[in-house]
Amino acid sequence: MADEAAPVLDVRGLTTVFHTRQGEIHAVNAVSFALKRGEVLGVVGESGSGKSVTMMSLVGLLPTPPAEVRAGQVMLGTRDLLQMSAKDLSDVRGAKVGFVFQDPMTSLNPVFTVENQICEPLTRHMGLSKAEARARSIELLELVGIPDAAKRVKYYPHQFSGGMRQRVMIAIALACEPDLLIADEPTTALDVTIQAQILELMKYLQKKLGMAIIWITHDLGVIAGIADRVMVMYGGQVVEHAPVDQIFHNPQHPYTRALLRTIPTITGKREARLSVIEGQPPIMAQAPKACPFGARCVQHFARCDAENPQRRPLDSLPLGQGHDVACHWSAGVSDA
Amino acid sequence: MRDAIAPDLVQVDGLKMYFPVYSGVLRRHSGDIKAVDDVSFTIRAGETLGLVGESGCGKSTLGRAMLRLYDPTAGRVVIDGEDIARLSPEALRKKRPTMQMVFQDPQASLNPRMSLSSIIGEPLVEHTVLTTAQRQDRIYELMDQVGLNRRFANRFPHEFSGGQRQRIGIARALALNPKFIVCDEPIAALDVSIQAQVVNLLEDLQDKLGLTYLFISHDLSMVRHIADRVAVMYLGRIVELSPRDDLYARPLHPYAEALLSAVNEPNPERARTRSRILLKGDLPSPANPPKGCNFCTRCPKVFDRCLTEKPALVQVEPGRKVACHLFQTLKPTAGSTGGFHTQDDFQQGVTL
Repeated sequence: MADEAAPVLDVRGLTTVFHTRQGEIHAVNAVSFALKRGEVLGVVGESGSGKSVTMMSLVGLLPTPPAEVRAGQVMLGTRDLLQMSAKDLSDVRGAKVGFVFQDPMTSLNPVFTVENQICEPLTRHMGLSKAEARARSIELLELVGIPDAAKRVKYYPHQFSGGMRQRVMIAIALACEPDLLIADEPTTALDVTIQAQILELMKYLQKKLGMAIIWITHDLGVIAGIADRVMVMYGGQVVEHAPVDQIFHNPQHPYTRALLRTIPTITGKREARLSVIEGQPPIMAQAPKACPFGARCVQHFARCDAENPQRRPLDSLPLGQGHDVACHWSAGVSDA
Repeated sequence: MRDAIAPDLVQVDGLKMYFPVYSGVLRRHSGDIKAVDDVSFTIRAGETLGLVGESGCGKSTLGRAMLRLYDPTAGRVVIDGEDIARLSPEALRKKRPTMQMVFQDPQASLNPRMSLSSIIGEPLVEHTVLTTAQRQDRIYELMDQVGLNRRFANRFPHEFSGGQRQRIGIARALALNPKFIVCDEPIAALDVSIQAQVVNLLEDLQDKLGLTYLFISHDLSMVRHIADRVAVMYLGRIVELSPRDDLYARPLHPYAEALLSAVNEPNPERARTRSRILLKGDLPSPANPPKGCNFCTRCPKVFDRCLTEKPALVQVEPGRKVACHLFQTLKPTAGSTGGFHTQDDFQQGVTL
């Protein structure tokens, strides 16, 4: 890395639609963000907000059709992933970009040993011999804290518990020392005490290996513990983006504020009644012409129906580096 | 605001739920999965008891065994004066309207081929002698209560969102005017913004109808919101049973302490500064639990006695019961976790 400040990943105006029998679903609308080396970007949103689809669009993991990445640019280093051939892209996946998915049972192959599955990317992308790959796979299992790695490397996925399986997934994702790790709800399927183990492991590995991480979750508590910056998604677009302290202490978008109010905590004041966000998340059947959160927003006014708000910075930093928000109401407040 | 010394509606005494394991060519009975192992507690009328623990600790099994969806291996479950663990099938059927359940996955617990009104009306057909018109009125009344639009009565479950489906499940549970409802992870499958809607609905219904809940969840922050008292379960046994505020302010059992410290708080500064108790390893198998305390394999405060002797759940402070040798330096009281401890529970009511 010649330039430490240059982004590892730079995404501009990514737009993904799904073609269904009922017409198009606009799952991702003009999403832009960038990620520097060693940074953790938290992506928060409810199911259907487009957070997973965004990340899968980046590296061509969506089946096309029905999906179609309609516009945008995804620069990984100096190359645009959206312009790449399928073959080049499969060289990028695993080698440059690692993945950890929510459910380690369904993302590991049950009929191969763990060794087999860790060796696969090592021989495929790194050109290691079989013996080298085997030795490396034991090292990797030790790295992710699996005791007795030399023996357990011969195990099949069903012989591991949920937390251990997720560690194996992380070992596979890290096998080729990727520049970027995309973690899609990696701790959601795990129990709280196991979740804590995995979070501590990821923090340790991130410090040690210095890769950039995109951490997708709906759990704001997890985000508070691991992210440097947070991107809040709603209805397929980014509604707010800010450093982690700003999101929790100075949220600007009404959706972010409402979301933070609805979650109860185990410390602090116990509210007699939980505040709720009335209504349901939208189904994006067409390119948005109005604010997607408009119908559920307490600050809703006429302009919200007429015009989809664009992200605009609240500080002097350029878009995507400081605090920005896509809301007519917040924009008005910051102008005043 | 609730009566401090309301009578106990539910008394569970020494409840055991073992699932037999058969192995070998002859399928000999070779052991048991001790999903629920000697559990005793009471729930007062109008109270919400939170039941927390990790997956596999037996909390759902306990909830189901309490309603006799499983036949318990041993123990008594007295609900509203009758021991339902012993009732004959016919008597049990008559008893069913008092006790109902809300399930975790509203997708799986609603029949996709039945319309909303037939789902909510089914318990009425089974257990009451209402005319068709009376039944329809009752269905509409229930739909109003849970915030479902009457126009939806002839729609099918797939036409509803997760939160609305959970409302259908709640309406069905309410149809026969139950006294006691087991809520088995009712919000786990829902999005955060929808979770709050369902929890508020459950609380409103409790105030309006005087319901008693067993609220099973792994979400400790939501349990803090909804429960009056909280039972923490580990590997089939209750390790701590405390009033909500006491537990969250100062957990006594090392497992309860670790569990609370593992919760991710939505507060970046706290996340940076707090120290977590990281438990090593995973839950042991309930088919082969440790010889001593069930938690001894992962406990940071383990000592000799823990490895050989199972601690009993005993009262250590007014209203607080803990099953841990650290708190039993005095002479051990009851030999098992048994007994109703009615007196204790009254004391606790007073201290609230």
